[in-house]
Amino acid sequence: MRGWKPAPHILLLMPAFIVLAAVVVVPLLLSLYSSFTPFRLTRPDTIYTFIGFRNYQRLFADREFWVAFGRTVLLLTVALNLEMVLGLFLALLVEKATRGQRLLRTIMMFPMMFSPILVGFQFKFMFNDNIGLVNNALQSLGLTDQAIPWLIDGKLAFTSILIAEIWSSTSVFAIFILAGLMAMPKEPLEAAKVDGCTPLQSFRYVTWPFIMPFAFIAMTIRSLDIARAYDIVKIMTDGGPAKRTEILWTLISRTAYSDARMGLANAMAYVAILLSILFTVMFFRQLAKARQQIGAEW
Amino acid sequence: MNENQANDLKKMLLKFGHLLGLFIAMTIICLPGFWIVLSSLRPTVEIMAKPPVWIPQSLSFDAYIAMFSGVGQGGIPVLDYFRNSIIISVTSTVIALAIGMAGGYAFARYQFRGKTAIFLGFMLTRTVPGIALSLPLFFVFARLGIIDTHFGLIIAYVALNVPFTVWLIDGFFRQVPRDLAEAAQIDGCTRWQAFWQVEFPLARSGIASAGIFAFLISWNEFALASQLTRSTNSKTLPVGLLDYTSEFTIDWRGMCALAVVMIIPALTLTFIVQKHLVSGLTSGAVKG
Repeated sequence: MRGWKPAPHILLLMPAFIVLAAVVVVPLLLSLYSSFTPFRLTRPDTIYTFIGFRNYQRLFADREFWVAFGRTVLLLTVALNLEMVLGLFLALLVEKATRGQRLLRTIMMFPMMFSPILVGFQFKFMFNDNIGLVNNALQSLGLTDQAIPWLIDGKLAFTSILIAEIWSSTSVFAIFILAGLMAMPKEPLEAAKVDGCTPLQSFRYVTWPFIMPFAFIAMTIRSLDIARAYDIVKIMTDGGPAKRTEILWTLISRTAYSDARMGLANAMAYVAILLSILFTVMFFRQLAKARQQIGAEW
Repeated sequence: MNENQANDLKKMLLKFGHLLGLFIAMTIICLPGFWIVLSSLRPTVEIMAKPPVWIPQSLSFDAYIAMFSGVGQGGIPVLDYFRNSIIISVTSTVIALAIGMAGGYAFARYQFRGKTAIFLGFMLTRTVPGIALSLPLFFVFARLGIIDTHFGLIIAYVALNVPFTVWLIDGFFRQVPRDLAEAAQIDGCTRWQAFWQVEFPLARSGIASAGIFAFLISWNEFALASQLTRSTNSKTLPVGLLDYTSEFTIDWRGMCALAVVMIIPALTLTFIVQKHLVSGLTSGAVKG
């Protein structure tokens, strides 16, 4: 007899386990530990001083942190919802097209290829108050004679970031919803029509339940990648002007690398990680529910 | 006007509205990219002009020539960045793909306890924001002395890509009927042979698209790369883009040119895989 041999699935999953443990889990444990120390990059020995929850206490009393936190949640909620709605519209528009659908689908994927940092630069360029496309167009059309300070005014800057974020990610939703629309059997729709449903009703009760899981897959993928918004914000405003577009991630990188306060930054990072996990788990559960519903109905 | 005509009119209006909507949507999608390409070809004077110059007077490839002509000529070491980007993206993709195939196959073909939990656990490692992960990685890598090396970024990107490749490849293997491999095994193949001769060829195009997906993620990644690279030894293109910015000014033309250079490989690859990508991620959505 040979010696103990592990089950094949364990063997197959082992490499993935090892890599993820080495590059993600262990460093994260380290950062969890360092969030309990006053660790500064400039003074390496500070990592051995244990100060308990003082970083977290400081964090929870810090107004700036909570403002950034709230802004991050606001940005994500507004962006994800708008992307979903716009993606749905875009998918319906493309699905209705009788000719050139392939071309339209290809164009639709276009923003997905832009890396977030490129999206950031591109919109920073377009929203530039002096030479940007948006202001130039508005002025040439005579809609305004002033240069609108898109990235300089706090509220406008937030809107600009939102637009950039939506531009870059709406197509993710559109693509998945379109995939759902195209996979949908046509008979139920025809049956609904025969039964006298209005187009709105048949959309609400036939189409929507069918494409919902696809929309949730898009949501889940987006929620996994949600922190890529950091690149966009970092480039467009870097949290400015005067911290009015500061989100959690730009605050973390500033605290860690500019102020070199690693301990505190790691404490913030943990809050950011929990936020991401929360978003992901939420959508995974929706996904599971939507799948079950479909399974029951079809 | 009788009822028939009114109906026709309504239909026409609907059709017109639909076309208009499509046109506006497509314009919004294409315009930023078009603007970047155009700006990279125009002289800086035209970009900066006030009032704006809408119709380009002269187009040239000066920005590209300057970019590739080396550091002294007002260019940036694009070739170094390009080389780094290629080496790091390709290597990390190949490794992530190998690991993802093993993991995806395990999820698709074996039943074991805690399967869902393990799958979710894999996904959760992906949710860690890059910037949050960069803090401990920066510290660990500095201790190990692998900051600013290809190796450091490669293993970071492998870890970043493994959850996605596992998910995608799991989906593709699930589309391959289980009976096929079993039939091959009955015919005398070992499981290993059955995998390479039956299941792998059927899932191959899907696996390729998972690879391209992973490549694009590495190619575009910025949050980790910006902290874990320092010099031309390992800086990638997204980080190199920052070379065009200084404290108060940005060389818009040069940046647009580099953006075009960055986008072309991504564009080509995405077109190749677009079909498989969606089917891989959605497989099982309908059948559970």
